[in-house]
Amino acid sequence: MATKRKGASPRKALKKRAVRSSKPARAVKSAAVTRLNGRDTQHAVEQFLYRQAEYLDTKRWQNYIDLFSGDGIYWMPPDPSHTTWEGMPAIFAEDQNLMTVRMNRVLHPDAWSQRPLWGTNHVVGNVTIESEKPNGDVVVRSRFHMMELRRDDVRHFAGSYVHHLKRTKDGYRIKLQRVDMTNAQAAYDYVLQVWV
Amino acid sequence: MLQERIPDLAKFVEPDRVRREVYTDPTIFELEMQRIHERVWIYCGHESQVPQPGDYYAVQIGRQPMLMVRGKDGGVHVLYNRCPHRGNMMCGDRHGSAGEFFRCSYHSWTFQHDGTLRTIPMMESGYEGTRWTRDNPDCNMKRAARVESYRGFVFASLSEEGPTLAEFLGPSRIAFDDMCDRAPEGEVEIVPNCFRVVQHSNWKIFLENQLDALHPSVTHQSTGRAARDVEIAIEKRTGHAPLSYHMLSAFATVTIDKWDVFQTLNYPHGHCILTGYMGLRPKDPDTLAYERVMEKAYGKARAEEILGVNIHHVLIYPGLSVQSPLQQLRAVRPLGVDKTLTEIWHFRLKGAPEPIYRRSLAYYNLVNSPATMINADDLENFWKCQQGLASEGGDWVSFHRHFGRDIAKEGYVETGPNMGTSEAPMRNQMKAWSELMSKD
Ligand code: FES
Ligand SMILES: [Fe+2]
Repeated sequence: MATKRKGASPRKALKKRAVRSSKPARAVKSAAVTRLNGRDTQHAVEQFLYRQAEYLDTKRWQNYIDLFSGDGIYWMPPDPSHTTWEGMPAIFAEDQNLMTVRMNRVLHPDAWSQRPLWGTNHVVGNVTIESEKPNGDVVVRSRFHMMELRRDDVRHFAGSYVHHLKRTKDGYRIKLQRVDMTNAQAAYDYVLQVWV
Repeated sequence: MLQERIPDLAKFVEPDRVRREVYTDPTIFELEMQRIHERVWIYCGHESQVPQPGDYYAVQIGRQPMLMVRGKDGGVHVLYNRCPHRGNMMCGDRHGSAGEFFRCSYHSWTFQHDGTLRTIPMMESGYEGTRWTRDNPDCNMKRAARVESYRGFVFASLSEEGPTLAEFLGPSRIAFDDMCDRAPEGEVEIVPNCFRVVQHSNWKIFLENQLDALHPSVTHQSTGRAARDVEIAIEKRTGHAPLSYHMLSAFATVTIDKWDVFQTLNYPHGHCILTGYMGLRPKDPDTLAYERVMEKAYGKARAEEILGVNIHHVLIYPGLSVQSPLQQLRAVRPLGVDKTLTEIWHFRLKGAPEPIYRRSLAYYNLVNSPATMINADDLENFWKCQQGLASEGGDWVSFHRHFGRDIAKEGYVETGPNMGTSEAPMRNQMKAWSELMSKD
């Protein structure tokens, strides 16, 4: 290896690189188009994630549930090593039906632990598109930080999201949202009321 | 010393009521740890949590940090998590493997899995002529005074004296029999996940709630109703809703007046059983397939006997609550007079078909996960109880419901007919409490 590198003259290497980059001029152009698309996707996905967080913080539960596809799952594993929710202990593994139970319960006047209601603030960032299919479906990673106030107590939760988003004519829908909450590794001081 | 500060403990507990200080006084809490939790049999864990030699789990018994560890001989040991040299904690993780032996992170003393001293660096030159010799038992990691297991469930007692585990458990051992017998292979194994939830309340408030048949339809009605609505909607759409909706909606459909038909059985040492309720034998294909496996394993008559066991909940005082038909348990670890940790585990029936595991898993996730829609409202009540008991708005906690109507049987007390909401289990627990607390 070392001798080979020594043998190649710097100028030759430079020339080689120049050739390589200049040869497929058309390819460069198309890459630029892809990048532009990528920016669009990035923007659309970010807006989607911010809107989802906003629904939580403004307690628009039905809007939140509607972001999921009919077979979509909100999943929070208790351990980062888990690769599926099926047949596994899970902090959350909810489809729209179970999410509706949770929503209706929170809204029920006799949901004692929900009185007073809590307040939350989510910040979502580090949004990275993992993959995008030709049909527009994307897998996106992000990080969140959530502050919660209930009575006089403040709690902080943080972790990562992985969204598997399906492109539909009405925009993205969530097929799977995986939430790895760092706090999941510790004992829970009180419990989680709704989705994080 | 402590007893001097609590001059007349007996006056705190009467057969039908208890003074509030029993839940709020830090001095009483200290005495409880000494005389109850650090004496009687406390559940440590299941043998399948530590399959390989050197595997350990940290467990709190009273105020003592302990380790449950698998030895090379296959036995399970329970040791104080402490190095005998200068007292360093031996294992800093909640669980893991010690490898071939324990090695202290401070000065590298090493110990066998049963706590026996293995090596001290430069022992000969350093300790010759001192009283720190190998035959000095103080050189070893200290062991729990007694360790016993029943059907794979490991208990330890930090006192040399007292009843054997079998004597202590008495009829409450049905919790483990019911759980294991429901497995075609006759044993269960741990599902390697522990949900740990902190409660801002005294440990006894949690235990009293476990067999409180009066509360579910009140405390959990919001979730019950919400689940019932969705259950009906799914039934309309598909003709059949998953059993997990029924597990939740039962909190609404079984109204407060229906709970009296259940029964509690109250045993010595504070243990209690709540019978009934868990109708887990629907006629769906999954259940029928499981029943066929059971018949093959046990024969028709015995299988029928096992599947017919009618238990909702078993409370093993002072630190364990078992739901055997759903293979889960909650171990109670008091952290302070107003702070309690519960560790919640689920078990797999060895040899049972996957759907049966999935069914009890659904319950474990829905009821016992940290996002539970059920226990959330219990925890709220526990916290509120603790707040209220700290006030001077009253001196007593009332356990009068159906008092004087309990029926004394041979070796146990049962609630009268149609008195399932009796506060007999609370009275029984406080009776055990008084007995234990009055012993020096
Ligand atoms: S404290 Fe453990 S070796 Fe010194
Ligand atoms: Fe409850």
